Amino acid sequence: MRRPILFLAIMTLLAGCSSKWGWYVVNPATKSGAINLQFMLGGLKYTVFLSVTAICISVILGLLIALPGLSSRGWLRRASRTYVELVRAVPILVMILWVYYGLPQLSGLTISVFWAGVIALALSDSAFEAEIFRAGIQSIAKGQYEAAHSISLGYIDTMRYVILPQAIRRILPALGNQLVYMLKMSSLVSVIGMPELTRKANELVVSEYRPLEIYTVLVLEYLVLILIVSAGVRWVERRMQTDERN
Amino acid sequence: MSENPETIIRFTNVSKNFGDFQVLKSISLSVALRERVVICGPSGSGKSTLIRCVNGLEQHQSGTITVNGHVLDGSRSALNLVRADVGMVFQQFNLFPHLSVVENLMLGPMRARKMSHDDARKLALRYLERVRIPEQADKFPRHLSGGQQQRVAIARALCMEPKIMLFDEPTSALDPEMISEVLEVMGELANSGMTMICVTHEMGFARRVADKMVFMDHGEIVETAPPEVFFTAPKSQRCRDFLQQILHH
Repeated sequence: MRRPILFLAIMTLLAGCSSKWGWYVVNPATKSGAINLQFMLGGLKYTVFLSVTAICISVILGLLIALPGLSSRGWLRRASRTYVELVRAVPILVMILWVYYGLPQLSGLTISVFWAGVIALALSDSAFEAEIFRAGIQSIAKGQYEAAHSISLGYIDTMRYVILPQAIRRILPALGNQLVYMLKMSSLVSVIGMPELTRKANELVVSEYRPLEIYTVLVLEYLVLILIVSAGVRWVERRMQTDERN
Repeated sequence: MSENPETIIRFTNVSKNFGDFQVLKSISLSVALRERVVICGPSGSGKSTLIRCVNGLEQHQSGTITVNGHVLDGSRSALNLVRADVGMVFQQFNLFPHLSVVENLMLGPMRARKMSHDDARKLALRYLERVRIPEQADKFPRHLSGGQQQRVAIARALCMEPKIMLFDEPTSALDPEMISEVLEVMGELANSGMTMICVTHEMGFARRVADKMVFMDHGEIVETAPPEVFFTAPKSQRCRDFLQQILHH
């Protein structure tokens, strides 16, 4: 893990020495460079808050869509299937535009950029979360349900105490993946004016005319953010495993 | 058929199909309170399906099943009433791998019976004592041997204080040296007056414990007899052939 990052850093520094680069634009040692950097980092809280809110909603939504998809009733399964197929077919950018510009016309309610972004990202991702949950729940052996039923547990208790705790352990890597994906997709919300990392970088490029340096910094911002998230997910995974192994 | 006041389970003309395949063909059987019934027969004869019908893990298509006065008519409410009276032990143990042994035992009493954590733990430890593994309470199932896991599964079922216990080939997935510890616990349970239906190939156990032997083949009950008759003078040829195979290999 460490080696490629080190390699990347060295390559960037070496490249930075060549005459084509103008690092002054984000050099924290100069006053204007420090201001520019600060401006860019100002988008961080939006990116993080947007992604985290969206992933929380989409996980809950995904579970609520996955459960009827596993029902013995045909119409519930079909409803779940239809949702997944429909939502999965909409490109995320299109979903963002539709929710921000289209939905207010339909509903008559104005919607803030932040919530439009959250809703669009959460809806898009929920279809994938539903598929992940479905796969996880289906991987649990039938005997676990039978044992739960034989000690008089109802559907909700069986899911809550027997099936989901086991399923979630199995799908944790996939859920972590979705969180990383969400962080990256949040960059698309820049198109409706959400002042997150990508939007900030775009604005700076317009005033400073140094896209190479500014977008390189943007790449590094996402890289660091996602490395932190991956480390966090692995930590949770390890904890749950030791939990199980005692 | 005269009504026996002590009958706790009654199957009347019960049939069940898996698609075109008829697994149970018009089964009639009654089990009295405190009776110990052992069902045997070749694999695929429908014996597992039969006992799984008792607590509604399988749904029968025709005929009636009455358990402790409740008719299993496919309704949720009847199913809940019956499951509260019936405990079950599976071939593959089916312990909850993410819960410790004692938590496996406490889950039913706490969630289905709304018992407090402390009471449930006390109850669980009492039953672990009874199956002689109290020292394993806080371990996870995977750290236990197969025989110990199956005894935990028995204790888990007993924690719900059932009136009837079903055993679906409880020793078939065990290494030979662990079979006896499980049979011992089952024998003690039989002596305590529990109503039991066991599907098993352990004929020594059957001979010692059973009040009634049931032989099934191709989805039918071929023969029902007390063990002393069943093992010495089986009436049907199919049953004689089966016993020949199972006792002399």
